Amino acid sequence: MEALRNKARELLAAGTVKVVIGYGRGSGGAARAVFIRDAARSGALIYDDSCRQNLAVYLMKPEVRRLGKAALVASPATLRTVLQLAAENQVPEGGLLLLAPAGGEVAVLAELSAVEARVAAQDQDLGRAEREELARYEAMTLEQRRDFWQEQFARCIKCYACRAACPLCYCARCTVECNQPQWIPVPAHDLGNLEWNVMRAMHLAGRCVDCGDCSRACPAGIPLHLLNRRLIAVVRESFAVQAGRSAKSDNALSTFKPDDPEDFIR
Amino acid sequence: MAEFDPKIVAFVCNWCTYAGADLTGTSRMKYSPQVSVIRFPCTGRIDFMLLLKAFAGGADGVIVSGCHPNDCHYSSGNFHARRRWIVFRGLLDFLGIDVRRVRFSWVSAAEGAKWAQLVNETVEQVRVLGPHRAYQRLRGLGVG
Repeated sequence: MEALRNKARELLAAGTVKVVIGYGRGSGGAARAVFIRDAARSGALIYDDSCRQNLAVYLMKPEVRRLGKAALVASPATLRTVLQLAAENQVPEGGLLLLAPAGGEVAVLAELSAVEARVAAQDQDLGRAEREELARYEAMTLEQRRDFWQEQFARCIKCYACRAACPLCYCARCTVECNQPQWIPVPAHDLGNLEWNVMRAMHLAGRCVDCGDCSRACPAGIPLHLLNRRLIAVVRESFAVQAGRSAKSDNALSTFKPDDPEDFIR
Repeated sequence: MAEFDPKIVAFVCNWCTYAGADLTGTSRMKYSPQVSVIRFPCTGRIDFMLLLKAFAGGADGVIVSGCHPNDCHYSSGNFHARRRWIVFRGLLDFLGIDVRRVRFSWVSAAEGAKWAQLVNETVEQVRVLGPHRAYQRLRGLGVG
């Protein structure tokens, strides 16, 4: 934590970056995002197990971009997010510093290739607990899954917190706001809730890096990350690619191979 | 009780399957009248939301059909569509929606007989599955 504060102080004092986006202590002991522009305030930075939000979400906000070059405190999931954003041409090379804390030290990553190397050193696959969780749902019958999701989606209040929390849901104009035609009904009813959640998952297919912030942001406690994880698995099995691994990759659904495997089109 | 006549909505591309369906007609081949055909410029244009809207509008089954691989009028629309459907089917299944209600096919402009067979088979399959009540029960508020 001290190493992180010192590094932030150093970067701000030298003018290398204009803002350090990190975690600070919020109300009730919770971690919250802080935007530090003054080196003297670097002491407000914290980094511990309570720091779970994917701060890359702020990189896409115009008001944050206006602050100037940023240094971002980056968890492993945030590093993957930055690679995916770079692959979508949203992060210019050299336009961002990443501060990756690990074991009392803090690594400063300026090059996307350095981020790729660090991500490659991480566990590439879902953890055992995550795999078992997904397998539990996949083992259900179709009717059980349908009932499960209808029960979950019935609690959705269409607040779009999942969208706001997601660093990859950055479209300036979302389909939800399109009303000619109205793709997603405005009121929170069963049909519209299903359509919204299908659309959210599909628009993140081949792009989601599994940070889990959608589920953490959901005030109704809907396990939205399961939908994304399922699609990560489908994309990996079918096309042998995974988002957030490279700053140069094409999105799985914006490219193709002439021999993509399928057995259902006759 | 009268036999259940399913409502099938077919999303087809202009260049292959629509022309193929035309050929079915000009060849005087008979096929099930349960299908409503909607013409698109390309399978690449067929958004997954359109399938959901068809189900919301009371369709019991959906057909998506276009040019065979390597025959796309725009050279790659059907390849992109194929990837989309691979992923979409994975999601529908995970959400507990029966993917047997969504039938994908490649029907060229010369395959009038294949179109008739595709429609007939789909109608029969959906007839066995019955009305898509699980989806039709999801009611909106009568708006949007």
